Amino acid sequence: MSKVNSSNMELELYRPNIEDYLPTDSIQEPLGKLKLRDLLDISPTLREAGGAIVDAIERKLSIFFSVYVGRLRVISNLDSEDSFTRCFKSNPPETWNWNVYLFPLWCLGVVVRYGILFPVRALILTSGWIIFLSCYIPVHLLLKGHDKLRKKLERALVELICSFFVASWTGVVKYHGPRPCARPKQVFVANHTSMIDFIILEQTTAFAVIMQKHPGWVGLLQKTILESVGCILFNRSEAKDREIVSRKLREHVEGAENNPLLIFPEGTCVNNNYTVMFKKGAFELGSTVCPIAIKYNKIFVDAFWNSKKQSFTTHLLQLMTSWAVVCDVWYLEPQNMKPGETPIEFAERVREIISARAGIKMVPWDGFLKYSRPSPKHRERKQQAFAESVLRRLEDK
Amino acid sequence: MGNTSSMLTQYDIEEVEEHCNNTFSQQEIVSLYQRFCQLDRNSGGFISADEFLSVPEFAVNPLSQRLFRMVDGLNFKEFVAFLSAFSSRATLQHKVEFIFKVYDFDGNGKVAFSDLLDVLRDLTGQFISEQQRELVLTHVLEEAGYKKDSLLVLSDFMKILGNTGLKMEVEVPVD
Repeated sequence: MSKVNSSNMELELYRPNIEDYLPTDSIQEPLGKLKLRDLLDISPTLREAGGAIVDAIERKLSIFFSVYVGRLRVISNLDSEDSFTRCFKSNPPETWNWNVYLFPLWCLGVVVRYGILFPVRALILTSGWIIFLSCYIPVHLLLKGHDKLRKKLERALVELICSFFVASWTGVVKYHGPRPCARPKQVFVANHTSMIDFIILEQTTAFAVIMQKHPGWVGLLQKTILESVGCILFNRSEAKDREIVSRKLREHVEGAENNPLLIFPEGTCVNNNYTVMFKKGAFELGSTVCPIAIKYNKIFVDAFWNSKKQSFTTHLLQLMTSWAVVCDVWYLEPQNMKPGETPIEFAERVREIISARAGIKMVPWDGFLKYSRPSPKHRERKQQAFAESVLRRLEDK
Repeated sequence: MGNTSSMLTQYDIEEVEEHCNNTFSQQEIVSLYQRFCQLDRNSGGFISADEFLSVPEFAVNPLSQRLFRMVDGLNFKEFVAFLSAFSSRATLQHKVEFIFKVYDFDGNGKVAFSDLLDVLRDLTGQFISEQQRELVLTHVLEEAGYKKDSLLVLSDFMKILGNTGLKMEVEVPVD
């Protein structure tokens, strides 16, 4: 499957460090002289294998649609699919306008959407931008000295322009749960479907965000306006220096003056039916993690932004010519790392909470291993431990 | 049980339960079915070697090769029967039989020196030389009263492993 192979390179960048996720050795070391039964008793190794098959040692994955319903969602054209690539597929909607009664209605719908709704929305958006810029530029330039007031006004203005954006798609967003407040030592995490997630959340709370550097007008926005709410930018191809990004995150979280930080730990846009494995970066900052779950109602529009297929502009235009963007946003209970929990376990626990609330499936993490197997050195470590114990006990005469 | 449908009926569950001698409860069987379907990605009705190797903990296990020769191509009923040795309700006899089967690669009911050597090689890799392995095995065999060319059968295994506590239980996650 050449299609899969060519996307291997990109997925390499998203691949988390697999070794972090494999369990460390915990075979009990019996003492005493080596006997035949010690060599024949392979039960610990078998138990590990059995546990792996049954998925007992791994964290239990919550599957919220029963396996029966899940199996119905099969993508038709690719013959051997795996759950990882399934996360990035958008099902084309089935054609319902194929008969003589529905086709005129559909045509009427197209006329309404492109002829009436779109111009109105474009107008709203343009006037929104005019209002925004005419307030933002003076505030930014004139209030240079009064930082606190300036920041407050800029926050309010960013929230305003986001509201205009949402209005331009006829966004109907239902917020559930307590609104986020700005406190130090907390980060917000959410599942990610499109860049509009950020806009929808920014509408009510001015978050600071960590984003990939984008080209074009989005990049311009990043450097100017988003910078005022506090935006950490990175370049995915330079993501090797995680330490710098991690340090910036930590500094931001600790500053009481900074806007609350919003992170999308999946690291990429996923179609709104699944969550992929969360990267642990947001979970090892030593702060409270507040999960946010976002679920779009697909009846109105499929909000998934496949950045490989569409530019953001095309995506926005598609949204502006749809009927509406309807979604639910749940602000969930803040979570702290439990004693003895690793950041990865913490990340998975939060992912479970978010997936449960949004009613979407978690992808079994072994989907990543379609592209890379764990290195043989893990097996060698086990072999070495056993070999050493055998030799040592042989000496004990 | 149809391979095409992914619905598990009550009849199916009871049939599987009987086949594995009630070592798994009905709820556990349902969980195992979910896991089976999760592993059987192409819905072929059985789990191929490739699909097993996609479970990382299984792939790095030193005995994975031997195990998936045993488990390759099993349908769900046989899959559960295979796993029944790992249930907490499995008898000691059952567990020893399972271990015996892992050693007895060719399935002729007899475990030779070469079979023992093969498993020891899987478990120790390159960290012991082949010569040392043979020495160790010969030494412990003789100490236990066997000779290098003895062929071990199941009852020998029962004798050797019978009074040790074999810890092989795996908990099936039940929703």
